[in-house]
Amino acid sequence: MMPSTLLGPASLLGPTSLLGFVAGGGTACGFAMVPLAAVNWHGLFFLAFAVVACVMAVAVVLADNVVRMAFYLVLSLGATAGLFFLAGAEFVGAMQLMIYVGGTLVLLVFGVMLTAQAPFVSIKTATGDRVLAGIVAASLLAVLLQAAFSVHAWREPGRFPGDTGGVVEPMSTPLGMALVGVRVDDPSPGLAQENGGGNGDGSGGAAAGGRSGYLLPFEIVSVHLLVVLVGAAYLARAKRRRSSRELSEAAR
Amino acid sequence: MASFLINTLGLPAWLAWTITATVSAALILNVMAVGALVFIWAERKIAARIQDRLGPTRTGGKFGWLQSVADGIKLLAKEDLMPEGADGLLFRIAPYVSFCASFAAFIALPFAFDFVGQRLNVGVFYVVAVLGLEVFGVILAGYASASKWSLFGAMREAAQVVSYEVPLGMCVVVPVMLAGSMDLVTIAEKQAGWFTNWYLFHDPFTFVIFWVYFTCAVASVNRAPFDLAEAESELVAGFHTEYSGLRWSFFFMAEYGSMFLVSALASVLFLGGWNGPVPIASLLGLSEGTGDTAGYLVRLVGCLNLILKSTLGVVVMMWVRWTLPRLRIDQVMTTCLKYCTPIAAVMFAGAMLWSFFLPGGLVGIAGRRILSRPAGEIREGWLKGPGGRGRDVVSSRPITEAAMMPAPLHSDDGRRVSR
Repeated sequence: MMPSTLLGPASLLGPTSLLGFVAGGGTACGFAMVPLAAVNWHGLFFLAFAVVACVMAVAVVLADNVVRMAFYLVLSLGATAGLFFLAGAEFVGAMQLMIYVGGTLVLLVFGVMLTAQAPFVSIKTATGDRVLAGIVAASLLAVLLQAAFSVHAWREPGRFPGDTGGVVEPMSTPLGMALVGVRVDDPSPGLAQENGGGNGDGSGGAAAGGRSGYLLPFEIVSVHLLVVLVGAAYLARAKRRRSSRELSEAAR
Repeated sequence: MASFLINTLGLPAWLAWTITATVSAALILNVMAVGALVFIWAERKIAARIQDRLGPTRTGGKFGWLQSVADGIKLLAKEDLMPEGADGLLFRIAPYVSFCASFAAFIALPFAFDFVGQRLNVGVFYVVAVLGLEVFGVILAGYASASKWSLFGAMREAAQVVSYEVPLGMCVVVPVMLAGSMDLVTIAEKQAGWFTNWYLFHDPFTFVIFWVYFTCAVASVNRAPFDLAEAESELVAGFHTEYSGLRWSFFFMAEYGSMFLVSALASVLFLGGWNGPVPIASLLGLSEGTGDTAGYLVRLVGCLNLILKSTLGVVVMMWVRWTLPRLRIDQVMTTCLKYCTPIAAVMFAGAMLWSFFLPGGLVGIAGRRILSRPAGEIREGWLKGPGGRGRDVVSSRPITEAAMMPAPLHSDDGRRVSR
C-alpha cells in the first residue's frame, strides 16, 4: 500500500489549494488575455505551485520506482512549502522543508539504498490494490471538497484571506509563545483571568491561568522518541557488540 | 529599488517588481557563479602554496587567474556521458537539485542592512532547512548512477549530513537565543558597534560554540577532512564518479556556493554580519538605514565586509582541507555524536545561563548600551500584550495593494528600529 500512504499528505493539500485559488485569486484566471499590469501575481504563483504539487502527487502514485517516487514527493512537498511561503506562513514553510523534504525523504531514500538488493527497486501495484486505493482516495477527495466548499469565507471572491484591515505580522514569536501557553494573539482570556483571579505572577501573560500550552505534550513526545531511539540503537547494536570490540582491539 | 523605479522613473508597478526580482535573482546567481570561479582559483593557489608548489601560473598572466575560466571552457566542451544502466531522469536532474538548494538558501541571506533577497522572519531556520536539501541531489546522483562507488559515496553523505544537522542546529540556536529573533537581519543588527559586540565575543560559551559550528558547517558541506562522499583514495570520486562536463561542474558550483553560504551564515550569526570591527560609519555620523547616497555607500561597505568575512571563512576551509588528513567514517560519526553534539549542548546551556545571570557580560561596567541587548527584553515586550507589542515588531507592514505583490527587496523608507 505504498502509493496510497504516500498519497496522503499531498492529496490533503491538493484540492484545498486549488479551491483557494479559485476563490481567492479568481481574477487571475484569464491572465493570458489581460495586459500584464492586471496580472494577479499572487494568484499566478499560487496556481503554479498548486499545479506542481498536484501533478507531482499524482506522479508519486503512478511511478513504480521508489526513488523516483521519493523525488516526485520532494517536488510535491517543496511546492507545498512554496504555497506556505506565498501565504506568509514562513515558519510552516521552512518546517515543511526541514521535516518532510530534508528529514523524512532523505531517510526514506537512505533506507531504500541500504536495503535494496537490485540496483533499481520497482514496485508493481496489483490491479485490485489500485482500485482499492482509488476508491479510498476518491472518497477522501469528496470529503475534503465538501469540507472546503462549506467554509463560507473562502467562497467570497477577491478577498485576501488575512485582510482584516490590520497589520500582517508574519512572525514566529507567537507560535513559540503559544508553545509555552502564552497566547499573544488572543489576549482576552488571559486578561480576563488576570482581572478576575488576580493571581498575576509578574509575567502578566495568559500563562498565569495554569495552562501549560503545548509544552507538556511536546515534552512527552520528545521523551517517547528518545526512548524509541535508544531502543532502536540497542536492538541494532546488540549482535555486533562483541565483534566491533574485537575489531577495535585489532585496530590498535 | 522597486519604489525607486516606480517613483522616480515612473514605471508601472508590475514592471518595477519584475525588474527588481530579476535583478536580485541575477545578483545572487552571480555571487554563486563568480564566487565558484574565484574560489576554485584560490583553492588551487592555496593548495599549491601549502604543498610548496606554485599552482597555476600561466593562464591569464602572472598568477594564473584565468585558470578557472579555462577550466570552465574545458568542462563545457567535455562530452556529457551517462552510464548505460543509469536512471536517466534522476541522473540528469540530480546536479540541478543540489544547485537549486544551494541557490535557494542565498535568498534569505542578508548581505547588508537592506541587501537581502527576501527578508524572512525565520531566516536562520530557512537557510538551515534549505541547506539540508542539498544532500538530496547528492543522494539522487549516487543512486541514479548505478555504480557502487557512487552508491557508497551517497550513503556516507546521507548518514553524515543527517547526523551533523543535529549539532549544527544546536549551534545555530545560540545566536538566535541571544538576539531573540530568527531574522538574520535582526541578528546582525544586534551586533552593531565595536567588534566586542559580536556574538563570538559575547561570552566564553559562544566563543567555543563558534568553532563547533564551523566544524559542523565544514562537515555539512562535505569538505575535507569530512569529504567521505567523494573520498578519492577509496571511492574513485564518490557520488560524482559517473559525472562529467557541465553537470559535474554544477555539483562543484553547489559545493562552493554552500561553502560561501555557511561562512556567510557564520559571519551573520557570530561575526557581526556586515558590521565591521570598528563602527566607522556611526563614528562618522552616518546611518546605514537612510535612503540617500551616504546610506547606500555605508550599506555597500557593509556588503563588502560580509563578503570579506565569508571569503575568510572559505579560505580557512581550504586551509583545513589541505592540512588535515581525511577522517574515517567511524571517526566522522564519533566527532559528531561524541564530541560536537555534547559540546554544543553544554555550551548552549552555558550561554543560556550566562545571558540570564550576566546579561551585561563581564565587562558590563562599560554599560549595556554598547553590549548587545538581551533577548529577555523582546520576550517581555511580547508578554506585555498588544500595547507593548509594537516596539519590537520589525517586519510588520500594513496590507496595501503591494501585499499582492512579492515582498519588497528594499524598504526604501529608511525605517530603522530604534534601540
